[in-house]
Amino acid sequence: MSDRDEGELIEALRAGDEQAFVELVDRYHASMVRVASSFVPSRAVAEEVVQDTWLGVLRGIDRFEGRSSLKTWIFRILVNRARTTGAREPRSVELDTGDGSRSDRFTPEGAWREPPVAWSDDVEDRLAAPEIAASIRAAVEQLPESQRQVVTLRDIEGLSSSDVCGMLGITEGNQRVLLHRARARIRAVLADDLGKREK
Amino acid sequence: MVRLLSAWRRDLVCRDAVALMTDYLEGSLTGRQRARLERHLAGCDRCGEYLRQIRVTIDVLGRVEPEDLEPEARDELVELFQRYQAEAELEAEADAAAEAHVDDTDGNT
Repeated sequence: MSDRDEGELIEALRAGDEQAFVELVDRYHASMVRVASSFVPSRAVAEEVVQDTWLGVLRGIDRFEGRSSLKTWIFRILVNRARTTGAREPRSVELDTGDGSRSDRFTPEGAWREPPVAWSDDVEDRLAAPEIAASIRAAVEQLPESQRQVVTLRDIEGLSSSDVCGMLGITEGNQRVLLHRARARIRAVLADDLGKREK
Repeated sequence: MVRLLSAWRRDLVCRDAVALMTDYLEGSLTGRQRARLERHLAGCDRCGEYLRQIRVTIDVLGRVEPEDLEPEARDELVELFQRYQAEAELEAEADAAAEAHVDDTDGNT
């Protein structure tokens, strides 16, 4: 990947530079497929949505004013299209299972029933293992759709709270509830994985 | 009122502390709520550990790489780009021709 900055890349793309387009594709395409997948029922449909988004980027780049980052602008086009497509595609209705943890985590008085087992200081190294990444991907895919969308855009892609609320058309409060449940669920999966690896 | 006030002053239980953690990390608690949660965290190792684990979870999520782009997908996108450019050029030529035509008519009248 070359080190052209965003402004240079935008200018080059406006001038019809193919290499600039390829650079953008290398930077964002795989992430875009991952985001689109949280809205539509199959990978094939997600890839169509992303292709369509790239066309939208090419058509719209002259009008891009730089009020947000290029990434945010591209992802806004993407989420718009993914939402429209997702609403048309048939899918099974899923129940939101709360934070996915057992409801008896606390006693009736509100104290921990099974307190979290402490993670050791080298936990970050242990979590860098490829099996853990696979396990996290699977856990994210199994989240209820709206939790998966929020955690993907916020924690995985690193977009801001207000950008994500705007893209999804939800309130900040609603977003926090979804994020809370999703993070709690993923934390529980990580805790299980770490426990297994210790044995 | 007295009862409400005493409930407010009472320390949080762990369940409530956990329920507030995302709001805490998102910076959306009021000063008073935040102080109350921090007081609980200062005295509760279990909730402190839970918060630390949530922070690690967020950090780990941010490092999950997407699956690699397949070479065919890249080739398809390059084709899409070339088709788009070719069409855009044709349109630009057509526009230029139309403008030239308008200029002609303007010149003649």
